[in-house]
Amino acid sequence: MMVTWRRTAGSLIHHDEHLGAPVEITVTVNGTQHTHDVEPRLLLVQYIREHVGLTGTNIGCDTSSCGACSLHLNGEAVKSCTVLAVQADGADIRTIEGMADADGTLHPMQQAFMENHGLQCGYCTPGMVMAATSLLQENPNPTEDEVRIGLEGNLCRCTGYHNIVKSVLAAASAGA
Amino acid sequence: MTITEDPSTGTGVIGSRLLRKEDPVLLTGEAVFTNDMKVPGAFHLAVLRSPYAHATIVSIDTSAAAEMPGVRAVYTGADLADLWAAPMPCAWAVTEDMLNPPHHPIATDAVNFVGDGVAVVLADSDAIAHDAIDAIDVTYDPSDAVTDLEDALSDRVLVHSDLGTNTSYTWNLLIEETDGAVQRAFDKAAHTVSERYVQQRLIPMAMEPRAVVAIPQPFGGDITLYTSTQIPHVLKVMIAVTLGVPEHQLRVVAPAVGGGFGSKLDVYAEELLCVALSRKHGVPIRWNETRSENAVATIQGRGQIQRMELAADANGKLTAMRVRLTADMGAYMQLITPGIPLLGAFLYAGVYDLPKAYDFSCTGVFTNLTPTDAYRGAGRPEATYAIERAMDALATEIGIDPLELRRRNFIQPEQFPYEACTGLVYDSGDHDKAATIAADLIDYQAVRARQATQNVAGSTRRLGLGVSTYFEMCGLAPSRVLASLNYSAGGWEAATVRILPTAKVQVVTGTSPHGQGHETSWSMIVADKLGIDPADVDVLHSDTTIAPLGMDTYGSRSLPVGGVAVSMACDKVIEKAKQIAAHQMEANVDDLEFVDGEFRVTGTPSKSTPLAAIAFAAFTAHDLPDGLEPNLEAQVTYDPPNFSWPFGTHMCLVEVDTETGDVDVLQYVAVDDCGNQVNPLIVEGQVHGGVIQGLAQALYEGADYDTDGNLRTSTLADYLVPAASDVPPITLGRSVTPSPTNSLGVKGVGEAGTIGAAPAVMNAIVDALSGLGVRDVAMPASPNTIWNAVASAQSITTPGGTQ
Repeated sequence: MMVTWRRTAGSLIHHDEHLGAPVEITVTVNGTQHTHDVEPRLLLVQYIREHVGLTGTNIGCDTSSCGACSLHLNGEAVKSCTVLAVQADGADIRTIEGMADADGTLHPMQQAFMENHGLQCGYCTPGMVMAATSLLQENPNPTEDEVRIGLEGNLCRCTGYHNIVKSVLAAASAGA
Repeated sequence: MTITEDPSTGTGVIGSRLLRKEDPVLLTGEAVFTNDMKVPGAFHLAVLRSPYAHATIVSIDTSAAAEMPGVRAVYTGADLADLWAAPMPCAWAVTEDMLNPPHHPIATDAVNFVGDGVAVVLADSDAIAHDAIDAIDVTYDPSDAVTDLEDALSDRVLVHSDLGTNTSYTWNLLIEETDGAVQRAFDKAAHTVSERYVQQRLIPMAMEPRAVVAIPQPFGGDITLYTSTQIPHVLKVMIAVTLGVPEHQLRVVAPAVGGGFGSKLDVYAEELLCVALSRKHGVPIRWNETRSENAVATIQGRGQIQRMELAADANGKLTAMRVRLTADMGAYMQLITPGIPLLGAFLYAGVYDLPKAYDFSCTGVFTNLTPTDAYRGAGRPEATYAIERAMDALATEIGIDPLELRRRNFIQPEQFPYEACTGLVYDSGDHDKAATIAADLIDYQAVRARQATQNVAGSTRRLGLGVSTYFEMCGLAPSRVLASLNYSAGGWEAATVRILPTAKVQVVTGTSPHGQGHETSWSMIVADKLGIDPADVDVLHSDTTIAPLGMDTYGSRSLPVGGVAVSMACDKVIEKAKQIAAHQMEANVDDLEFVDGEFRVTGTPSKSTPLAAIAFAAFTAHDLPDGLEPNLEAQVTYDPPNFSWPFGTHMCLVEVDTETGDVDVLQYVAVDDCGNQVNPLIVEGQVHGGVIQGLAQALYEGADYDTDGNLRTSTLADYLVPAASDVPPITLGRSVTPSPTNSLGVKGVGEAGTIGAAPAVMNAIVDALSGLGVRDVAMPASPNTIWNAVASAQSITTPGGTQ
């Protein structure tokens, strides 16, 4: 039995027609205001990486499972692959590039990750740091279990989480 | 061997917990992964992948895709056929008659797994390229798929019909003191066990999916390939061969790489496509793998059925072993696919003193599934799993404690160097010590007592204690041994140490780190040798123009081969500096010693010259000994005389809820002896991560295919890479048995945790359930699997049934 396979049944997608006209958005990223015309389908993570040009926020999956793209949207950690860029219009965004001081002094969470060997390949790390800082804002003195549960949306393949948990607990002790 | 002091020459750098140099750029988002590169004018490549596991391609209509705005080109396999000078490379023809059907980056007539490339699009953006592949019409004529190893062996359906069989090779290793020794041992044995284990396929899931950027130079034909790989050096050679590109015009760079675990130890279709098409179009070509693509288009690991037979005397001492493997190659051979199960062939006896009565055979078979290849441990976790599970089965058969059975069979410290029945020489070990440390950490006897109290009739929360011990054959590898295994490359590693005029040091290494911290560890080795600050050392790597010689990073080889090469290059550069120092100090070379970064006349410590002064003198070359070349630089290529043999004992304590099948890991203890530790912080991190990957094989992960060959776990929502909340903290113990094979006394540690963990966890689960009649549980031991195992053992056929 022959089968013809085309994933987009029906008429061709014409980029500009079907997906809507570009929309202008203005966002503040790490204290700097940006205005761009974006496709309505553009994800926030793609906007940050490709339009704003900040590539510290990584993409690790396509199902909002891994958390590598976590950033702060209006002060709270979100997976930026689950937010459309147009939804972030007017928002205040902080990415990993906005965590250290201008003089290069690491944020206490970044410092805790360094001191506790909470990273190896470093690909999940920006998202992990953003999620962990948000976690401590909600719960400044978490137990080990609360850290583990609080970070369950962020996957790491290198560390086995042992030193990530240790890093976050150390940051909490340091009052990060 | 005994614990000795580390080999530090006095600065105390080696053995310290120096924080990693790699971290700041990774922590601030400044690190550049391949996908982060900004490449003006690049065409984005997307691959249309087969939705069928086994089909003939009848026709492909690319016209609609080609007309879409922003699409630059659309190619089918037939369109690209002229670009390939040779098929995709396999570097390990394990037998003379191994069947290896040629395959190319894009299929032409037939597809053989879900994910096989069928056509490619080049477009102005990634989004347009993906839109366009959806507009390609392909007509397939599907046929039955081979998805089960035993079905594959039957040749009911042939993956590659022109081969006439699904069996690629059978590789045998029969070692007998006299003919028939294995069978006689089994005939005479007081105890035997015969076990069958399944190593489920695993998806490596490095957090960074693969990414490729190929950039042609405007003139001259040179091309630079940036790719998320573990093997820039090997890749350069293989691309030259496969594309017919002059090797001297190729530069391969591995930028920041987000994990590999073996999955980036390969030559991939997309790397060849990007290079070939950037040459053809004269523009940069880039490709980013999606996670769902990664699950099917990047290699998978494991995939074996193991039959394991042990013979033992009345005391439980092993007398013979028979191993029969069926190994899943997948649809095609990738770079070292056929050799992976054979890396385990030499380790089935584990840490035990097995006489020359060993019968191993492995049959590699094709299936209509994603190709398999190296995944953390690569053959050695599988071997360790089989022997360690079988030792527990034997302990149950005999009726003794599993740790006691192991102790009766350990190779004893005084037997090292120990020539194993396979002919390989284990350089050092102290298994009883590692086991004792682990037993103390988990409080072995107290746990056994708790089990006796808790695991009583009717108890639904049962304690299990699992033990596993291992030897790992790593530090790949002596080139002559690789030759004897018919592997197509050597196992050496290169290093250059260059002392700059201002006494800062550049180290060039042929290893290619992707999370292992080589920049830090190599700096520590050099700092220790030269008596300088690690901050004054820069480690250059992963770029074939900057580091032209290398064999890259895999098989826990980087420190015991590459790190040792760095150390040897330091020795060589010190020897040269010493000649200059002797000349300037008007002393005899033999009277000089190099201590704490300065040359001293032995016995006259007041007379000294610092290395920094020699470095500047070597640079000015105003006053060098006759015949000595200016500058302080030394290169070493080190071919290790033996493998590296780390070992250890892991123990795991679980509580299993027999009503839900849930496993709670209460404690995990790992004692890994990797010889001298350059940086314990990094060693511990390697073990932590390795243990959790092994634990994940035991409890969570498995590539789940339906009978049509569709992967049902193709996303991170379906494939259970554990999160922090799914895994326990890990208690580490340490024994240090320095390797006598190399001057640093070091052994590899990258894969150790993974090797020890899966059998420790599974032994614990089976131990918890043994009182209910459960003898084995399949991996991954999901709640459903465990519940069914208990139900089956208790002859409960339906939920709610009675015992």
